[in-house]
Amino acid sequence: MGGFENFLFSFFNLKVMATYLPLIAQGLGLTIVLALLIVVSGLALGLGLAMLRACGIRPLNWLIIFTVDLFRALPPLVIIVLLFFGLPAMGLGMSSFAATWLSLTLVLMAFAEEIYWAGITAVPKGQWEAARSTGLGFFQTLRLVVLPQALRITIPPLTNRTIAITKGTALGSVVGVAEILGASQSAMSFSANPSPLTLGAIAYLVLFIPVVALGRWVETRFAWKR
Amino acid sequence: MTSPAPSPSRGAPAPGLGRPIVDARGLWKRYGPLAVLKGVDLSVAERELVFIIGPSGSGKSTLLRCLNRLEEPDDGSIHVDGIELLSPRTDINAARRRIGMVFQSFNLYPHMTARQNVMLALRKVLRQDRAQAEAVAARALERVGLAERMDHFPAQLSGGQQQRVAIARAIALEPRVMLFDEPTSALDPELVGGVLNVMRELRQDGMTMVVVSHEMAFARAAADRVVFMADGEKLEEGPPAQIFGEPRHERTRAFIRQIDRH
Ligand SMILES: Nc1ncnc2c1ncn2[C@@H]1O[C@H](COP(=O)(O)OP(=O)(O)OP(=O)(O)O)[C@@H](O)[C@H]1O
Ligand SMILES: [Mg+2]
Repeated sequence: MGGFENFLFSFFNLKVMATYLPLIAQGLGLTIVLALLIVVSGLALGLGLAMLRACGIRPLNWLIIFTVDLFRALPPLVIIVLLFFGLPAMGLGMSSFAATWLSLTLVLMAFAEEIYWAGITAVPKGQWEAARSTGLGFFQTLRLVVLPQALRITIPPLTNRTIAITKGTALGSVVGVAEILGASQSAMSFSANPSPLTLGAIAYLVLFIPVVALGRWVETRFAWKR
Repeated sequence: MTSPAPSPSRGAPAPGLGRPIVDARGLWKRYGPLAVLKGVDLSVAERELVFIIGPSGSGKSTLLRCLNRLEEPDDGSIHVDGIELLSPRTDINAARRRIGMVFQSFNLYPHMTARQNVMLALRKVLRQDRAQAEAVAARALERVGLAERMDHFPAQLSGGQQQRVAIARAIALEPRVMLFDEPTSALDPELVGGVLNVMRELRQDGMTMVVVSHEMAFARAAADRVVFMADGEKLEEGPPAQIFGEPRHERTRAFIRQIDRH
């Protein structure tokens, strides 16, 4: 066999691919579920923390900043391993799926909080003053006047960060989650051929190209004339 | 109209006007070691237009912003329309809907059209239903001459139009008093007239107004009383003819000379 044929046999082995397609499709499904759970809970928690921080209660803000810095500093894999192998030692067992979900949720929460917070502080003080002077309360002003403006400028960095972190679902393979990478690796060892990895890569593209496109679409939708 | 109440001893409104709508006494405000307001009194009668002038940093904005508690005074008392503004029992949001404020930088909500800008507080503070809020907002925008521009976003409006939307946003709530902090200072000269016209009409309709501004011609023509502030104190006050014609203090005279030269 020549080098090119060798390459085709190793990475584009159609027979192997056909055999393990269902397994990797399952992995894709699991990745989607995991990613959606992480995105929803991470972004919601991050927004919640940023709104809490906007209240300006000193000790609470220190706690928020500490938490956020902690989860931004730790490598996500370390958090996953700590939760999966560390917590059972403390009598708090957790499935590999739950450990991966919680870890990446906390990481996304931390990064998202910082992005939301930057967005909130970028809204001019005059917007708060104008709204409050008409009798709107603090939370009404935050929700109706400040957040819509803050969210708009946060969408590009938030989209990038969200994509980066949801790609971290691949880390779940380390603790045995059968998401795309985990499924591909299993398939690779069953078949003794790396073609399933190609399938896995394609599965990631199928998943994330639409996400990137969605990010773009949301970006234009939220734009208003300045 | 209500019968005139006995006017307070200091900072008294001009005679012949209604009862005091704003009554601030002994206002102190410090930023660290710097005292920005040093026991200022200000009383404004119903339908009165009070003009506040003074050098930069003299505390004009701070005084104005205390009157709706955007700034928290360290000491003193403020009554607006009978409400004790600084009392911890006062619902400040309820009080603020009686006090309209217009800012130098307009501060329109950029993500909302002119009409939505006006409607927001009508809906969320006065709890009007959509149809009612739309009608009230349309009327307010008509009053400031912007009936045609209701569905424009702030970025599609000139500075003067934006400021008129900001005025509409405030008057739609039917406040008892309107506070203006340098409403024309950010405008190109040719746009100032439109805003001043709206303010003149408001005054003719009997709105009580406190105006911080350098528009001396407008003060001469429209103000009932001019207050001159310097270094956190009210140095003198009186009818425009007196303050501009024969000021008692040298500082007032120097300030007016300097402004008139421009
Ligand atoms: N948040 C703040 N912190 C510290 N100092 C402040 C603050 N706000 C205002 N000051 C100071 O208080 C003083 C009075 O400010 P203020 O804005 O009331 O003046 P002003 O008369 O409105 O001046 P201008 O004509 O320039 O608008 C100034 O010396 C200003 O630097
Ligand atoms: Mg000022």
